[in-house]
Amino acid sequence: MNLTDTDFELFDVPAAFAQDAAALDARWKALQREAHPDRFAGQGAAAQRVAMQWSARINEAYQRLRNPLKRAAYLCELKGAPIQAENNTAMPAHFLMQQMEWREALEEASTSQAIQALEDEVSSARKQALAACGRLLDETQDYPGAAQQVRALMFIERFRDDINARLDQLGQ
Amino acid sequence: MALLQISEPGQSPDPHQRRIAIGIDLGTTHSLVAAVRNGVAECLPDAQGRVVLPSVVRYLPSDGRQIGFDALAQLVQDPENTIMSVKRFMGRGLADIAHPERLPYRLVAGEGQSATGMLRIETIAGAKSPVEVSAEILATLRFRAEDSFNDDIFGAVITVPAYFDDAQRQATKDAAQLAGLNLLRLLNEPTAAAIAYGLDNGSEGLYAVFDLGGGTFDISILRLTQGVFEVVATGGDSALGGDDYDAALGDWVLQRTGATVLSPTDKAALRVASRACKEALSASNSVAFSAHFSGAELHLNVTSDDFDAATSHLTARAMTAVRKALRDAGLDREEVQGVVMVGGSTRMPQVQRAVEAFFGTAPLNNLNPDEVVALGAAIQAQQLAGNRTQDDILLLDVTPLSLGIETMGGLVERIVPRNQTIPIAMAQDFTTYKDGQTALALHVVQGERDLVADCRSLARFELRGIPPMAAGAARIRVTFTIDADGLLSVSAKEQGSGVEAHIDVKPSYGLSDDEIARMLQDSFATASQDIAARALVEARVDADRIILATRSALEADGDLLSAAEREAIDQAILALQQTAAGDDAAAIEASIKALATRTEAFAAQRMNRGIRQALAGKNLQDI
Repeated sequence: MNLTDTDFELFDVPAAFAQDAAALDARWKALQREAHPDRFAGQGAAAQRVAMQWSARINEAYQRLRNPLKRAAYLCELKGAPIQAENNTAMPAHFLMQQMEWREALEEASTSQAIQALEDEVSSARKQALAACGRLLDETQDYPGAAQQVRALMFIERFRDDINARLDQLGQ
Repeated sequence: MALLQISEPGQSPDPHQRRIAIGIDLGTTHSLVAAVRNGVAECLPDAQGRVVLPSVVRYLPSDGRQIGFDALAQLVQDPENTIMSVKRFMGRGLADIAHPERLPYRLVAGEGQSATGMLRIETIAGAKSPVEVSAEILATLRFRAEDSFNDDIFGAVITVPAYFDDAQRQATKDAAQLAGLNLLRLLNEPTAAAIAYGLDNGSEGLYAVFDLGGGTFDISILRLTQGVFEVVATGGDSALGGDDYDAALGDWVLQRTGATVLSPTDKAALRVASRACKEALSASNSVAFSAHFSGAELHLNVTSDDFDAATSHLTARAMTAVRKALRDAGLDREEVQGVVMVGGSTRMPQVQRAVEAFFGTAPLNNLNPDEVVALGAAIQAQQLAGNRTQDDILLLDVTPLSLGIETMGGLVERIVPRNQTIPIAMAQDFTTYKDGQTALALHVVQGERDLVADCRSLARFELRGIPPMAAGAARIRVTFTIDADGLLSVSAKEQGSGVEAHIDVKPSYGLSDDEIARMLQDSFATASQDIAARALVEARVDADRIILATRSALEADGDLLSAAEREAIDQAILALQQTAAGDDAAAIEASIKALATRTEAFAAQRMNRGIRQALAGKNLQDI
């Protein structure tokens, strides 16, 4: 095992979008049982340093694997279709239209119920986009197509953050 | 009872068995020390049989001090020199204190770095840093533990509110050093409570820990599975606690009666009377409030409805943090199986009612809310000291606040979002904005807001020596590393040239190494000891510890090494043994470092084996 192994290799799971969340969680905890710095307390600086590196690496891998969007982006990257979100912002017109509609709806929403309704709609759109992304990755192996889906999902995710920020302001 | 072994002076019979580890709950209102004895965690009492130590330090004119109950008794008589709730000042500057006029102290700006430094409290014995005051409390507990065991303490786990930021954690770590304690870990208070609760009740599943103390509020959501305590999300308010309920009640009384308090004595009297009234209201619906001020006597009746109304905004603040933590965890309130109540302030009936109404289930109060944090810390300390315990636990805690870097226009670029499992390392690439730019100033901030001005400034440092390039051509990778104590270090590296800079965030709000050294000299806890002699003893203890650890590693996994590698390590051990027999502390430290370097590759190979075993589904313990 190596610190530079891929997240999938480190967790010994297939390099695919479809993952069993419970299995990932169990694997994560089993790995941390071996690597966490608490396991090496009082064993000197060398052991502590190594434990810290591995434990941080395992946490990094887990937070990428457990999150479907990050997992998809990582897979695209591994398969040679990097996301490059900063340089690649061209999105289909209908997608951009929907984004604008959502943003307007958020601005107009004044009650937490209205915002919650919008959040529900966005969540279901997110679920559909993730499922489509999964098919592109695991079934058709269309990595550039999946990368495009990931970029769309990043817009959706950012919008969800804005919704949550509004809910925060309303003290919900 | 175990038979006592008599050993040679200076030799302990079995270092594995003899490591005394303690857990300390350094609280706003009171502090406790606990240890595992005969397999059971228990709080250690003082000579009078009291386990609680009021977190109060009174400074006397002749360089003496009173700590705990003795100091508390003088609170009203000598308010300016009797420091209570010092935890609220840890890692804080003057501008951070919300209502300094309510306090009887003379707060002044810290020395050194302008008004951004940690504040000082002016006393009859000079200006005191909150770190020094906290160290007095820690040292008192350390002495209590040493007396209890009639032995030296190997190390301590000290608890901090989960919502403490980097400056507050660093200040607590500094206080431990000042008190002469070997800090094994800073542990989050709700996590400590969960350990004590979970092990006691054999609980599995999702739990919330609602921890309302004297000065801080934490909410943590944890998943308990087979000895793993995984914090899913944490939130809170590091300036919300029983003190605020006291102050709100005091304000209400003043408003109702038209009285005013100006002198330090009156302010202290109002604080004491408000606290007494609040505590009485936990058992009764109506209480007579009475206080003696220099001008007048104040008497009036306070009902629990009055108290609720005067403090409902505070309870609401706590519940807002609870909602936010649940949302961060991606959980509905119904999924939480139980809510463990921690901290003396959860005794207030309105707090109990608010929690029950929100979660729809009666809160769990079956552990003493004052002791549970110290008990959990003791269990963790026992394990970190390498003592065998029957409960093999693993803590996976999170960082409570987002961390980032200032970018153009005073905006924050987040590098580590809140609620990441620690330890963690995360990086982000930045670039230069001017042609030929050779240096980059980095400003590290902590907080959830988008503007730098609204976040806490942790540190500033510079990456110099970048080769001149066109604007935007440099690739500067900034890496944030948070260790298992929740403390941050930051490094920056220009990817093309390899130019690097690194800082252990020991920030604007912390104490400098020089200040710590001077305080150590002056410190009550260490004044009677010869610093050099102590350094030698500590170096020898470290040497013994590392030799022992290395030998047991060789015993377990020595087969991973080639004969030459084995030989090199054996020689480094031998060299360390030789220097440790001498009395040059610096030489011993150097030999320890040499051994550490020599074993680095071996440590990596051992880790590799451990990871493979985990993937194969077997742990060493199962074989």
